[in-house]
Amino acid sequence: MSHQQVKFYQTGTLTVGNRLLDEDNRTVQATMDRSNSLDSGHRACQGCGEALGARYAIDAAMRATDNQLIAANATGCLEVFTTPYPESAWRIPWIHSLFGNAAAVGTGIAAAMKVKGKEEVRVIAQGGDGGTTDIGFGCLSGMFERNDDVLYICYDNQGYMNTGVQRSSATPGGARTATTMPVGPQPGADFDKGKNVPSIAMAHNIPYVATASVDRLHDLEAKVKKAMSMHGARYIQVFVPCPLGWGSQPAKTVNLARLAIESGIYPLFEAEHGEITSVTKIRNLVQVDEYLKHQRRFAHVLKNPEQLSAVQATADRNIQKYGLLGGQE
Amino acid sequence: MLKQIEGSHGVAEAVALCRPEVICCYPITPQTHIVEDLGALVKSGKLENCEYINVESEFAALSVGIGSSAAGARTYTATASQGMLFMAEAVYNASGLGLPIVMTVGNRAIGAPINIWNDQTDSMSVRDAGWIQLFVEDNQQAVDIHIQAFKIAERLSLPVMVCMDGFILTHAYEGIDVPDQEQVDKFLPPFEPRQSLDPNDPISLGAMVGPEAYTEVRYLAHHKQTQALGLIPEINEEFKQIFGRDSGGLISTYNIEDADTVIVTLGSVIGTIQEVVDEQRSQGVKIGALTIRSFRPFPFEAIRSALEGAKRVVVFEKCLAVGLGGIVATNVRLALDGVAVTVYTVIGGLGGRPITRKSLHHLFENAVKDELEEVTFLDLKTDVVERELERERQLIRSGSIAENILRDVGVVDAAKTA
Repeated sequence: MSHQQVKFYQTGTLTVGNRLLDEDNRTVQATMDRSNSLDSGHRACQGCGEALGARYAIDAAMRATDNQLIAANATGCLEVFTTPYPESAWRIPWIHSLFGNAAAVGTGIAAAMKVKGKEEVRVIAQGGDGGTTDIGFGCLSGMFERNDDVLYICYDNQGYMNTGVQRSSATPGGARTATTMPVGPQPGADFDKGKNVPSIAMAHNIPYVATASVDRLHDLEAKVKKAMSMHGARYIQVFVPCPLGWGSQPAKTVNLARLAIESGIYPLFEAEHGEITSVTKIRNLVQVDEYLKHQRRFAHVLKNPEQLSAVQATADRNIQKYGLLGGQE
Repeated sequence: MLKQIEGSHGVAEAVALCRPEVICCYPITPQTHIVEDLGALVKSGKLENCEYINVESEFAALSVGIGSSAAGARTYTATASQGMLFMAEAVYNASGLGLPIVMTVGNRAIGAPINIWNDQTDSMSVRDAGWIQLFVEDNQQAVDIHIQAFKIAERLSLPVMVCMDGFILTHAYEGIDVPDQEQVDKFLPPFEPRQSLDPNDPISLGAMVGPEAYTEVRYLAHHKQTQALGLIPEINEEFKQIFGRDSGGLISTYNIEDADTVIVTLGSVIGTIQEVVDEQRSQGVKIGALTIRSFRPFPFEAIRSALEGAKRVVVFEKCLAVGLGGIVATNVRLALDGVAVTVYTVIGGLGGRPITRKSLHHLFENAVKDELEEVTFLDLKTDVVERELERERQLIRSGSIAENILRDVGVVDAAKTA
């Protein structure tokens, strides 16, 4: 990382803390000349993690490309809340085609730019976890395999939120969704199922894979900037809490994102060409119940020792596998 | 230049002459040699300024095309059969977004039962998807109509599907006059998109449209297709001026002026039909034929005025609307609404079954005597069908229809003794 290393929340607050940084190291979002690519007036819910993540990611990409950016969007919340006809919250060239083809549409745009000699124009494809890990997975893998010059950003809110909160292959074990109700002997989503797309992306040996979170937007911006400094297929998966789908307070979105990181539930790392190059260490390790207790989707898990320990085991495995400890104060 | 080449190769050369900027293809499911030949043309440097992308599925092929066309690049792809169905969602999307993509469909059957041979079920399955559908008779027409297709597509900002019979045309070698680059450049100007993704002029494409405007958007899609009814013959005329060949516009007719009986069809089978018509004419039968080139938009007026003098119309089609009968015939009937003419439906050539002159003679003789059923399946092996129906009456677990029938017609036994 080239940016200044400052621990942003040492005051105990959740402020992002730009004022602690040199001006050159402040976020794109903190500057007056940010592009406001995802402009105000869109229809996202209060506390929407996806809107926050997309705004930071796209503005950072705009800065990195000198505003020469085109985005393809999968069907989903981000598409619906930004473009209810005849309005659009996008101030960049933007296309929505289908639920499952954003990566391929991105490939097509990149090909058109290449053939027209406009290689300074860069392409982002983006979607939610359903459009990425499930229905869009074939096109995503194809784009990776061909190493097409597209950055794919997945805003991972762990389910199909736009359509009424159904399970996707990114839904964690135990979570209540409309298709995994907290009933029967194994309430909520099954454990030991689901798809780890960052790992699968790495297995394609693409130039860059990263996970990020809306609790550390400076880090998200830095990862987008780094991705845009590279060519070929790149993948960033951003953890974006969803108050509606998770049954959490809108004001808790950033806090929840942080607890997911600090408990080991959601490991943050970067990988280049299939090898992990950096891992974000946990600073204040918490047990998973600290994370779960703010979310109604896990209410039954907290009362079920067996499920609770299964969630803890998931976090512990991540801590072990990615080496997340060692950053404690 | 006149060349003795495969249909697919001819189409590849014609597409290359149109200077496509992005070609995306999934090479199987099944494909033709078109995309293989185009791949070689790009790789060798003969086709310059073109990105050739070999993707992982037909759905991705057309999705890549949607992206490249929306970004302002002249875009081409090809498909057939199962691949057509696999990309169906993107087929509707491309036309809904108004993207002038040109796609060849090497027409083939749809499974199950899996069958790789020719009929026209694949194109027919997306007939109402908002694409212009042009069916060609022979490989010269395939070449010529691909060149016209880009112009039609780009003039209307609508995608065009060029439908050519799989194997019968795509894999057949015949003499084709392949135009030269100067002619094509004179006919087809560079692509100027009606809309495109451009960082210097940002637009949002593909926004959600609710009940307040969806009907109007769909109406305009329909309206655009009706505009194509005028444009297709107009562009055919322009083509004729430069290349000296006539591709026939919306329909082509053959000996229909005094005909009591007119055979209506799509695609390459018209060649065999014309021969049979000639033979019957020599025996004094007043018979003729009509080929529908533009199936979408459907040329109601042209068909009606061509057929209203006939006593009977036999629609011969290589597709089947299961539970209804003829797809083409249903459309032709609409065009003849109120005209005193009998319309017969004949389903033939399904899954590659040969359409022989002998069978057609027999069929047309019966038609002239008005001894046809309303829906006829040409050369249907009724004994085989009866045996299977009987089996189903006798047994609940009568087994797989396809396998039973293969056994009945002797394919299984023949394989065992071989």
